[in-house]
Amino acid sequence: MLATRSWQRFWRSPAGKIGLILAIGLVLLALLAPILHPYDPTTDRNYLARLVPPSSDHWFGTDALGRDILTLVWYGIRTSLWVSVGSVGLGLVLGVPLGLVAGYVGGTVELVINWITDILLAFPSILLAIAIVTVTGPSLTSAMLAIAIVQVPIFIRLMRSMVLSLKQQEFVQAAQALGATPVQILWQHILPAGLAPIIVQASLAIGTATLEAAGLGFLGLGAQPPTPELGTMLADAFRGGYSLTSPWTTLFPGLFITLMVLAFNLLGDGLRDGFDPRSQ
Amino acid sequence: MGLYLIKRLLSLMPVLLGITLLVFGFLHFIPGGPAVVLLGERATPNQVAALTRQLGLDQPLWVQYVKFLGNLVQLNLGTSIMSGIPIADELRVRCPATFELAIAAMLVALTIGIPAGVLAAVYKNRWVDQLTMTGSLLGVSLPVYWLGLMLIYLFAVNLQWLPASGRISVDAGLTFQPLTGFYVLDAMLQLNGGALVDVLAHLVLPAITLGTIPLAIVARITRSAMLDALSQDYIRTARAKGVPTWRVVGQHALKNALLPVSTITGLQFGTLLGGAILTETIFAWSGLGSWIYQGILERDYPVVQGGVVFVAIAFVLINLLVDLSYAVIDPRVQYS
Repeated sequence: MLATRSWQRFWRSPAGKIGLILAIGLVLLALLAPILHPYDPTTDRNYLARLVPPSSDHWFGTDALGRDILTLVWYGIRTSLWVSVGSVGLGLVLGVPLGLVAGYVGGTVELVINWITDILLAFPSILLAIAIVTVTGPSLTSAMLAIAIVQVPIFIRLMRSMVLSLKQQEFVQAAQALGATPVQILWQHILPAGLAPIIVQASLAIGTATLEAAGLGFLGLGAQPPTPELGTMLADAFRGGYSLTSPWTTLFPGLFITLMVLAFNLLGDGLRDGFDPRSQ
Repeated sequence: MGLYLIKRLLSLMPVLLGITLLVFGFLHFIPGGPAVVLLGERATPNQVAALTRQLGLDQPLWVQYVKFLGNLVQLNLGTSIMSGIPIADELRVRCPATFELAIAAMLVALTIGIPAGVLAAVYKNRWVDQLTMTGSLLGVSLPVYWLGLMLIYLFAVNLQWLPASGRISVDAGLTFQPLTGFYVLDAMLQLNGGALVDVLAHLVLPAITLGTIPLAIVARITRSAMLDALSQDYIRTARAKGVPTWRVVGQHALKNALLPVSTITGLQFGTLLGGAILTETIFAWSGLGSWIYQGILERDYPVVQGGVVFVAIAFVLINLLVDLSYAVIDPRVQYS
């Protein structure tokens, strides 16, 4: 009943609807890339058609190696989605249990977890990600790990605050009185009740993670050639010195990064309108 | 207030200590360890062993950490591998450049964001509101490095209204002497009108680029704080007494809506220091961000380490200042 009402609220929010449609569209694009792509992103290079403006053969033009930008953007969306969804997933897997434990157990455990959270939040996010990738070495996996670590303290804080308010509720006290173990209480009672804000945050975090992943790619710390990635495409054009003479090499990758971030931000806003009890 | 400040500073200690632990670990986690990092990958085992002894890297980790802390307190952050310049000297030169850019970006955010947020709240659900909210959503979704490139393409290459990179042009630089490192201030102190115009022109595009995200956030927060303030009883009373709308909005509501705006401004200012790395790279702005980026490219780890620890500590202290500023802005807030 409650879930139905939440969905109704979500559908009434134009932001949520647009976000959901855009996000589904982008995921479909990413999934269909290997089937529908017009060219191969790594092998199809036409050195006679370098930096060609958009045309009927190459809708988004070509880059300095004569590769089709539409294909690269298409595959780039796939890479970006993989990194951002993967890093948020990893951030959830690490952050939610720590938040649950910190909120429920309290005491020294909570102090230590809070300390780690405070330290991680003391770094501006892109800087922390840069520091991590500098240590682990630039790669797509490193970027994913770095962005996940940046997300962890946010999920810890959010989950902890949910646990602190939920553990005072009657249904949790009833479960305790019936002899449920702490793991059962956290897993079966507190986690489901506190999940809505986490889902909302996860959706918004995918947007942020997309920006950070592309930012790392732009700094040369994300995907390495020849893996197509949107931030790396911008960096190639910028460092190659043709971003200003052949603007289509930067226009389309940037537009699609914006579209991806916009989609998940809108979806997050819609989910918040529908599901987050704190916004009602 | 004094006692509160001491309490807050003490509570910051564990976090500051944690930052130093993380940054200390940073060089030790890199494959090969600090000696290989400093000597480069082509170093012979003998060279590595000699440097390890010389730097005391064969001592227990906690001894090394205490030494690192001691050096940090004395602002002895080592020297750049590439340039040989002490990190502390570089920080002194580059810090004003980044702060100048961050202040300019914040000015862009506040001068556009606050009026836009106020208008959106006053004309709620009308086209002004929808335009502001759509613009704000777009603002937080834009990759700043891409926006920077597009602005350069439009305003520097096509229209040729503004310079594309750097802080001052060669011609203007001939008559200009940096004093504080804040070029706008320096040009004013020297009463050098030509240099001032030139420096301001160089500041416009990077400030807009870096200011876009805080602008979007400030507009959003102002709108929601204003909506909250406008629904209060004292606003209705003021209106009932016949106070003109502009005074109700400008004096009664806005004053009370500014507290959350000031909080977010402070927090965003800290974030700008980190965000500057991308903007400075695009605009060849000789600040902390482009320096750290150069450090990454050249695998100059002391630079990355020094830059990261400096920005993180600055970030924490700025957030403390934001907390303390509440009492100044809102007399109801008292610290004990």
